[in-house]
Amino acid sequence: MNDRKSLPVVADDGPADPSRRSFMRTASAGAAIAAVSACGVDVEDVLRSHFKELTPDQLKRVLAKVERRNKERFGKDTKVSATGAREGVEFGYGLDISRCVGCRRCVYACVKENNPSREHPQIHWIQVLEMDKAHGVDLTHADLYYDAEAVPRPGKFYFPVQCQQCRNPPCVKACPTQATWKEKDGIVVIDYDWCIGCRCCMSACPYGARHMNWAAPTLPAEELNPNQHYLGNRPRPKGVVEKCTFCVQRTREGRYPACVEICPVGARKFGNLLDPESEIRKVMDTKRVFIFKEELATHPQFYYFYAT
Amino acid sequence: MNGLLGFAKGSLREVTHGGRAYKAWVAALLAMIALGVVAYANQLSAGLIATNMRDEVSWAFYIGNFTFLVGVAAAAVLLVIPAYVYQWKPIKEVVVLGELLAISALVMCLLFILVDMGRPDRFLHIMPFFGTPNWPASMLTWDALVLHLYLFLNLGLVLYLLVKTYRGEPYDKRIFLPLVLLSIPVSISTHTVTAFLYNGMAARPYWNASILAPRFIASAFCSGPAVMIILFQILRRTNKLPIKDEAIFKIAELMSYAMFLNLFLLGAELFKEYYSATEHLLYTQYFWQGIGEHRTLVPYAWFSLACSVAAFVLFLIPKTRANYRTLNLGCVLIWAGVYIEKGMGLIIPGFTPSTLGQIYPYTPTATEWGIAVGVFGIGFLVFTVLVKISVPILVGTFRAPGRAVQPAPEGTAHPAH
Repeated sequence: MNDRKSLPVVADDGPADPSRRSFMRTASAGAAIAAVSACGVDVEDVLRSHFKELTPDQLKRVLAKVERRNKERFGKDTKVSATGAREGVEFGYGLDISRCVGCRRCVYACVKENNPSREHPQIHWIQVLEMDKAHGVDLTHADLYYDAEAVPRPGKFYFPVQCQQCRNPPCVKACPTQATWKEKDGIVVIDYDWCIGCRCCMSACPYGARHMNWAAPTLPAEELNPNQHYLGNRPRPKGVVEKCTFCVQRTREGRYPACVEICPVGARKFGNLLDPESEIRKVMDTKRVFIFKEELATHPQFYYFYAT
Repeated sequence: MNGLLGFAKGSLREVTHGGRAYKAWVAALLAMIALGVVAYANQLSAGLIATNMRDEVSWAFYIGNFTFLVGVAAAAVLLVIPAYVYQWKPIKEVVVLGELLAISALVMCLLFILVDMGRPDRFLHIMPFFGTPNWPASMLTWDALVLHLYLFLNLGLVLYLLVKTYRGEPYDKRIFLPLVLLSIPVSISTHTVTAFLYNGMAARPYWNASILAPRFIASAFCSGPAVMIILFQILRRTNKLPIKDEAIFKIAELMSYAMFLNLFLLGAELFKEYYSATEHLLYTQYFWQGIGEHRTLVPYAWFSLACSVAAFVLFLIPKTRANYRTLNLGCVLIWAGVYIEKGMGLIIPGFTPSTLGQIYPYTPTATEWGIAVGVFGIGFLVFTVLVKISVPILVGTFRAPGRAVQPAPEGTAHPAH
């Protein structure tokens, strides 16, 4: 399950039998068109193939369409890519609990970068929990909605949580339509045009990392980030689930995720787990790391540590 | 073809004719459906934000109703077992009515899933051939599979039996019996797979207990037959369906055993949670005691338990289960008890506290109530129409021309309502 093939830019990642599907799709076209065009739904979207089955040509058309829709929706030119995973790269993330001060700058840098809905619903991919030093990492004493004049507050420490990019992702297992999967570089992605909004993945995720667009997302045009990835920060439609992608639009181009870049205390580390010289490997070699909810055997690619 | 037309015409006549009570009932159902349609139109345009579901409690009222109704659907057919074992005379009637109830409950199940979807326009993505079902990994694909299998099996069986009876021909036991017997394990599998949908999620300790599927089956054995007992009494009065008192009392007796099992399994679960008192106790605590000032579900929890225990006692004592007043009270109590237990009492504590320890107090919105009322309206209407057509066929007053068992004089061909 976990070693599903990567992006369709790799030519030989084809499906077992695409022709049968496309035949069925054509055969059902009449009924489907009648059923959905009444609801104002794009017929081409309904009859489209799964992302991993798209030919390079079809993918190009799909990306162009996303750009066209962005233009209609926000009146802005955007660049939407579908850059695949790089050979020999497996991303890892490290979070230093002893450094984090709970300022939530990462939360808002993520919002600025990843085009989530701003309010109704307000979607944050990073959730910072305030915890009691007296209790350690204990969710029964964790406060997500702390409202502090200044941080860190005495007696408290901070525990940010986002998608842990599990090697054994329960969300991928639960998804009934294969709308979410794990890529070769370890990033768990969602095709927002394939998700049916059933929210099985949200029930399955032990980290509260998946978020639903309960209404049409609210995103002001002037706040739109035009550099987008199809499986990452492109604007989402109503009624689908989204999550942290380690800033796939940045990291596959060799940049840091926005949360790593903004962190004022350097609590966030990121890099290629397969590269012995990378920052994340340095952390793992010199510090002792732990993973969140290890008893569930999700095997995250996200590590917590105490540097001091 | 001519026969089919005659059957359709006759069915239409059966459905459109009835007494004042029948017409009032259908009018009430249509009003419920209208309310549901308005509420769903509102939800479609606003999105699921029209509900009170949020990221912390991401399944709620709809999925709770779905779960309860899967139990009703499963258990209706399970009545077939005692019908055979105790050799009840009107066995064909029991089978058909059980299957009609199962069909209606399944229609409601599928509708509750549909209204819960964020993108109902993409339902093809879960279908084989048209989409990319994540089978066998995803439990929801299994659930869709067994629910549809069960639905079509029941439809086929009922249709076969009714068409044969309508034509005045004997049904072929070699076709009928294996299908009825097959429907029993399929009915159990629908409820088991639905339990597995929750059971398999390690992220939710409240559901991640192997006792869940057995508890589902035990409670279903109570709620499904409770409907049938009420229904048998109504049909006996309106259509002279020959169902004996002993059969009804026997069902009540079996229900008391099922309720005992259900309460025993609940006790086993409560013991384990409270005695070991690990961090997993929180969810059980939220349901039965509340956490801090968050006590939304506590009155429901105890009310549900009181209903279940009272019904158990009423059905256990031979005197009260043989008295129609206490028997029917017991049926209503069972419905209330199991509806809370398998609905909100199962779903909401699964999410509260959330995976990050936060408490979001959920209560359904008016939109959610409206849509649920509409779905129940559709389900009851489907059931009413099916029963209205089937019962006259079964008692022999609605037959193909020239095949009537006892040709009645003009004008009295239909039972008085």
